[in-house]
Amino acid sequence: GPRPAGGGAYWVDSQQKRYVPVKGDHVIGIVTVKAGDVFRLDVGGSEPASLSYLAFEGATKRNRPNVQVGDLVYGQFVVANKDMEPEMVCIDSSGKSSGMGVIGQDGFLFKVSLGLIRKLLAPKCEIIQELSQLYPFEMVLGMNGRIWVKAKTVQQTLIIVNILEACEYMTAEQRKQALAKLSGN
Amino acid sequence: ALSPGDTSVLAGLYGPAEAKVSKELPDRAALEVLLRPKVGLPGVMERSREQLLRQTCEAVVLGALHPRTAITLVLQVLSDAGSLLSCCLNAACMALLDAGLPLATLFCGVTCALQPDGTILLDPSARQEQEARAILTFAIASSERKVLMANTKGSCSVEEMQQCLAAAQRAANTIFQFYRDSVRRCYSK
Repeated sequence: GPRPAGGGAYWVDSQQKRYVPVKGDHVIGIVTVKAGDVFRLDVGGSEPASLSYLAFEGATKRNRPNVQVGDLVYGQFVVANKDMEPEMVCIDSSGKSSGMGVIGQDGFLFKVSLGLIRKLLAPKCEIIQELSQLYPFEMVLGMNGRIWVKAKTVQQTLIIVNILEACEYMTAEQRKQALAKLSGN
Repeated sequence: ALSPGDTSVLAGLYGPAEAKVSKELPDRAALEVLLRPKVGLPGVMERSREQLLRQTCEAVVLGALHPRTAITLVLQVLSDAGSLLSCCLNAACMALLDAGLPLATLFCGVTCALQPDGTILLDPSARQEQEARAILTFAIASSERKVLMANTKGSCSVEEMQQCLAAAQRAANTIFQFYRDSVRRCYSK
């Protein structure tokens, strides 16, 4: 392929539907099995990830975290390579949760392509700034293509979900038009 | 769905997903191809075509990046008006492309029919296939137009096979251009 004259490197970003776990990635997982000391989470990869019950802030053998099957968990991978089962934790290296852990009640989880997530996570993302001027809302972005959104009412939540899903194919102009129509209502 | 003329095949690709313990390979992905005919149950022809497709796909998919996983390719024949195997090859490659699986090279399928008088016909119809002396199907890779798979039905001389191969390699350019245009259209909405 083409090489820059300075001998630097090109990062080729390709559009993929399937998520492949990478160490350090923050993802949203769904708890499928509670097996003794370990939870199994579906992260959208080829196999479920494991999460120890001690990997939460302030968790001890006596003080177990309140996690049920079907809960949404936001965590990061500590082990993720092609040969081993991926492992997640909900604390960072200093033992603080820094936003990770079980995601609260209500809200809406949906799936988008990996490319859109990377676009949304870019600093000063226009889409998020424009949406926040529409309604106040909470959002969790998982690198595995999953987004959790919660706004004040169910209707507002669904409107935000639809806009985010459509952002995949809308140009900036079309998006501004759609948002202007909604805020005019 | 891919259709030269009236032959049409629908391809669906699933994976890399969790594999059954009996089927998983420790160092690479296990690729499975299922070919379903338009009518009736899959027979011996479908099984042999599945193996041809599987071996071609295994040669291009970088399976070592996803050990102990299963990649399943399901092909449903919607209509068959000749050149079915090359249509399946093209559908398989587009499915691999669309799913974003890591590939070493792209590939395409081209069918040549060798008529009794020695002329070469590309992508023959069902009628032309029946009248031909030999039918040759090639899977051509996109890097340097190398041959990934060659399947022959009937008899032909070595020179004739070389001529058919050269014609197929030239025709492959058109197909790879079609892949490019399709992908471009898909992502530039």
